[in-house]
Amino acid sequence: MKFGIVTFPGSNCDYDAYQAVVERLGEEAVFLWHKDHDLQQSDVIVLPGGFSYGDYLRAGAIARFSPVMQDVVSFAKRGGPVLAICNGFQIACEAGLLPGALLRNANLKFVCEMVRLRVETNETLFTNRYDRGAVIRVPIAHGDGRYTADEATLDRLEGEGRVVFRYVGGPGDADEWWSPNGSMRSIAGIVNDAGNVLGLMPHPERVVDPLLGSEDGLGIFESVLARVTV
Amino acid sequence: MSRYRIAVHIVPRRGILDPQGKTVADALHTLGFSAVKDVHIGRHIVVDLDARDQNAAEQSTRDMCERLLANPVTEDYEIASVEAT
Repeated sequence: MKFGIVTFPGSNCDYDAYQAVVERLGEEAVFLWHKDHDLQQSDVIVLPGGFSYGDYLRAGAIARFSPVMQDVVSFAKRGGPVLAICNGFQIACEAGLLPGALLRNANLKFVCEMVRLRVETNETLFTNRYDRGAVIRVPIAHGDGRYTADEATLDRLEGEGRVVFRYVGGPGDADEWWSPNGSMRSIAGIVNDAGNVLGLMPHPERVVDPLLGSEDGLGIFESVLARVTV
Repeated sequence: MSRYRIAVHIVPRRGILDPQGKTVADALHTLGFSAVKDVHIGRHIVVDLDARDQNAAEQSTRDMCERLLANPVTEDYEIASVEAT
């Protein structure tokens, strides 16, 4: 399986994603330059974290107009799997691949820490290797991660089982919602209505090896590998 | 064609938490501006463009706001001023 990792000017987690795919998953990965109209026959697209275009105007607002994004949007509309992490999530929202928006953290601080996420559904392309309700440790590092949408959209996401990850509190109260950034309903990750685009603020590609303090993020990559036939 | 300078204001939609606005409102209260009820912080964007007439210039600017300058999910915009230059 070939993962295509998009490099925008200002992307800074593209190599982390590459390492996760090549060294831990044992699959092929290529970098896709933002100016090219070429997905290089990738089976899965990764929109990585970073600060594309310096977050000018709004995070993700300019990257959405990169030439490669037209191809990524067409790929997603045809059902191609897209994993949109952090800045990638912001870009996917701006591009209309996912509903809602990611606003400045409620405490106005850049938050960089390990958080706990609950896997709200394992019936997705991206989470089938986890147990439903499992709590995993994944780091966050963002200034604009406050997931925001209108109530009707939030209800619809919940009703359709499209809230994939939620932030949960510390040890002993894992069921308690918590939010490091003020996200509505503690939402950390969602999928689109067709289920082939996952957007999440936490960084699973940074926790794929025990050396990194957790390998809880590897399951997302393994889930895609298990489900997508090449 | 004439040239116009159009200024737009883009502000967080009312009802959506605006932590910057709230923080500044708190600071103003601390300074003694106790009459301040609410503060919202947005962006002020100035666009110079050529258009057939003022209506066309405004319409074009509204299109820009809807497609790029404002996020339709979370922000509102208004044309603050138009001047022929």
